[in-house]
Amino acid sequence: MTRQSLHIDWTACDGRGLCTELLGPLLVRDEWGYPRAAGYGSDVPIPGSFVADARDAVALCPRLALSLQEVRTPARS
Amino acid sequence: MAEAFWALGRATGVVSLVLFTVTVLLGILTRSGRPALGLPRFAVTLVHRNVSLLATVLVIIHVASLLADPYAQLRLVDVVVPFLGTAKPFWLGLGTFAFDLVLALVVTGLLRQRLGQRAFRFVHWFSYAMWPVAVLHTLGDGSDVGKSWLVLLLVLCVGSVLVSLAWRMSATFIEYQHTRFEEARR
Ligand code: SF4
Repeated sequence: MTRQSLHIDWTACDGRGLCTELLGPLLVRDEWGYPRAAGYGSDVPIPGSFVADARDAVALCPRLALSLQEVRTPARS
Repeated sequence: MAEAFWALGRATGVVSLVLFTVTVLLGILTRSGRPALGLPRFAVTLVHRNVSLLATVLVIIHVASLLADPYAQLRLVDVVVPFLGTAKPFWLGLGTFAFDLVLALVVTGLLRQRLGQRAFRFVHWFSYAMWPVAVLHTLGDGSDVGKSWLVLLLVLCVGSVLVSLAWRMSATFIEYQHTRFEEARR
């Protein structure tokens, strides 16, 4: 199985907050304006219902700091 | 028929200048990273992009209709190579130069994902050259420059861009600048 994961490149991100608008509760803004996902760092798993919004965020991030990656999830035994 | 092309060329010239002015204002607003006019940040970005594309369509009609008008004496080469024109070569050349810059800005804007941030940013800085060149072209080449409505319109355009440029360079421009600055001082 594969799952989409949103990678945040912190050297590029300037905390402009477009992604936090588009990815509502998944990403929140910290006190400096940077995005933060509860429990995750630079790679945030994106549930299916958020994939379209995540694509928009990737396209609109003013610093091109976001990318969507497919990650393999280990098959359940 | 030539009359119609000339009228269309004049009208689209003025409207595209107004739209490019709005594009610059929205671009500065986008750069500040703030929600504005009741729109969230990503929507401000999208409106900036869409208005710029609309302005580009109008400037293409502006150029095409003056190409079709025999009195404008515009040749195909004048559309891309500046300062070769037969009538008012300098002022026409400024228009050509601005048009070339618009094309570069649009292409790099649409291909931002492919080009990467550095190349996009480098070209996008030329917006600040394109707009004044377009204003000068209007002043030097515009057939309606003596008329008070156009004077008023140009004063409004130039004034609004100057005000937003002053804001652009002020300390409060970037959202969170204050917090970040405070934090850095600690
Ligand atoms: S939109 Fe891009 S620059 Fe803005 S906070 Fe998100 S990742 Fe950072």
